[in-house]
Amino acid sequence: MTNTDSFRQATRDWLESNCPESMRHPYRNEADACWGGRNCKFQSEDQKNWLERMVAKGWTVPTWPVEYGGAGLDSEQAKILKEELRRIKARPPIESFGISMLGPPLLKFGSEELKQQHLPPIARGEIRWAQGYSEPNAGSDLASLQMRADDMGDHFIVNGSKIWTSYGELGDWMFCLVRTDFQAKKHEGISFVMFDMATEGVSTRPIKLISGKSPFTETFLENVRVEKNQVIGKINDGWTIAKYLLTHEREMIGGSGISASGSLPVSQVATNVVGTDNGILSDPMLRTDIARFEIDERALALTIERARDEVKAGVSLGAVASMFKYYGTELNKRRYELLMSISGQDALVWEGAASRDGYLPKQWLRTKGNSIEGGTSEIQLNIVAKRVLGLPG
Amino acid sequence: MALVLNEEQIMLKDSAKDFLQGRAPISHLRALRDNANADGFSRELWSEMAEMGWPAILVPEQHGGLEYGYTGIGIVLEECGRTLTPSPLLATAMMGAAAIVKAGSAGQCEDILPGIASGERLLALACDESSRHSPHKVAAEAVETGAGYRISGSKVSVVDGHIADTFIVSTKTSNGVSLFLVPADASGVTVKPYRVLDTHYAANVSFDKVEVSKQDLLGPLDGGLTVLDYILDVGRVGVSAELLGVAQEAFERTIEYLKERKQFGVPIGSFQALQHRAAHLFGEIEMCKSLVIKALHTLDEQADGDAELVSLTKAKLGETAHLATTEAIQMHGGIGMTDEFDIGFFLKRCEILENLFGDNYFHLGRFARQRNY
Repeated sequence: MTNTDSFRQATRDWLESNCPESMRHPYRNEADACWGGRNCKFQSEDQKNWLERMVAKGWTVPTWPVEYGGAGLDSEQAKILKEELRRIKARPPIESFGISMLGPPLLKFGSEELKQQHLPPIARGEIRWAQGYSEPNAGSDLASLQMRADDMGDHFIVNGSKIWTSYGELGDWMFCLVRTDFQAKKHEGISFVMFDMATEGVSTRPIKLISGKSPFTETFLENVRVEKNQVIGKINDGWTIAKYLLTHEREMIGGSGISASGSLPVSQVATNVVGTDNGILSDPMLRTDIARFEIDERALALTIERARDEVKAGVSLGAVASMFKYYGTELNKRRYELLMSISGQDALVWEGAASRDGYLPKQWLRTKGNSIEGGTSEIQLNIVAKRVLGLPG
Repeated sequence: MALVLNEEQIMLKDSAKDFLQGRAPISHLRALRDNANADGFSRELWSEMAEMGWPAILVPEQHGGLEYGYTGIGIVLEECGRTLTPSPLLATAMMGAAAIVKAGSAGQCEDILPGIASGERLLALACDESSRHSPHKVAAEAVETGAGYRISGSKVSVVDGHIADTFIVSTKTSNGVSLFLVPADASGVTVKPYRVLDTHYAANVSFDKVEVSKQDLLGPLDGGLTVLDYILDVGRVGVSAELLGVAQEAFERTIEYLKERKQFGVPIGSFQALQHRAAHLFGEIEMCKSLVIKALHTLDEQADGDAELVSLTKAKLGETAHLATTEAIQMHGGIGMTDEFDIGFFLKRCEILENLFGDNYFHLGRFARQRNY
């Protein structure tokens, strides 16, 4: 047996005895996701145990070094772990912007002190992080952000407002882009800072979306004290870190083009709802669109796999995070357009148990934001055109 | 298998690229056309390809081949797509070799495979009977006689039909469909070649009471459809690899043009309307690269093939190469419409390959059926 085979077997065995049965199903609704944090309320003993056991293994952040709460797995082992989790349809033990967004730049650019302070609590799910990037007047043109941090010697005093903070009211700490040099060119006067959202002067206000839900807030900072030792990288060099983090954010969002483990293929939803004649979907026009969609879905999954294989083989695809973000989000929007068409008038019901409180139409509305958040599709295409294709201007 | 090429395969790719770009760039195709070459390809170039071992790639070592697998031949076909080089690689070296290796008797293997490997034998699959690909509808018949079979029927759009020495013919037999190997010079075989829009040739081939022996049966009697589907699927993956080369080359030439061509005092590639279309196309081509390498690996790994993967690959490659070649014309503007400029050749070749062995609609439908809808 090779090393990878024995790792797979050991992983499978461990998951078999440690992943509670109730954690082996896709989320039924948003409340099933565990986000951790200071105010975390576990929905069940199983959910708590699942997180704690994975934390003890270092498997909430399997590729991070052991000293920061990870398991130090190489990419091959991490892939195996992922496959084994998928095989039993295991839920993620935790959803975390600390892991998916802040972790990578902190590992790459953070001082040893900052890594030791922040990474282990992230790995354990003890601190829930919020992202402070967009501002009311800095969306696609993110680098024009105006939140000001005035230098007070050993600390900054920060004023301004952020928008589109995911779950801002539930955040414990925020990583945030602020302007620290008001004379420099727009990309060169930005710093990447972190602060505790319990600090005096921080407040949030929910934003109600077209789905009726409020997953985002505006976040206001009024004379908020931020310690200077909470800057990642150099002061005024925050844009480098901001971009690096965005790459990871885009890869994460791009993955949304692939259907979640355990969810039914769109074509199967269609045959269940629309029916078939002699094995052919009863609506032939819809059938063609579904076939095109499922082809692209498989192509994207294989391309993500190929990108990983190329990284392992030492070939880098380059600025492909933008390509994946564009492709994945456009695909996810198509998925929900098809699901709405398949369900017909049932898809229009907004309330009541039969529709799971309008789960489908609310999800459909939510996906419209996929190609806006994390950089619009148009911004991603700009990046591909300039950085990958080398087109001028 | 990881979705990357290994070192040997990278070397093969590089040598194929060097050879084709040196010996058979687009000007080679243009010369074949302008000189009205009746073969539609250069026999001299084919013997050089044979010296490099390309027709031997799929042939087992015991029959004088390299046994280098589908990924190997796919790499070469992809490079042929970049230079639009016509040759019997697809019909003989890929589909012909696959057919004999998969279904040939010991005698057929010994008779044919060494000649494929050396480049001397040329095969052609004669299965279509109407202008729209529908390989399971077979009207041609093989009637049992005392000594063997008597074949009658008409086949159309036979790739390399004008040069083949042997046809693989699908026929109706008493309880199904059977494949036969029929020599082109057999009595009753009539070959009518015609030129298609990319200057390649195909042929309509009719069989009038052609007598063949029992030893000419390829694969099981009445069980020929499974073999036929396999040969076609191999061909579809080969076509997809070639389409990938066509799409990439047309795309790269277009990007270069966007950087050079100036209007309003700036390179037209600085306009966002063109940048976004180019960036979108880049993503689609990346998807296609993954599908082609996966489909080639799967042919190497799975004896029975994977019809769902083949059809999704052929459909996606057809649509993407179509987009790449039509966008190439549009983005080149007026010069793209001229015969003097090469970019139009890519559009023409793409149209042929898209149609070959089932167009995009055929494969969307087949993909859906494979997934039970």
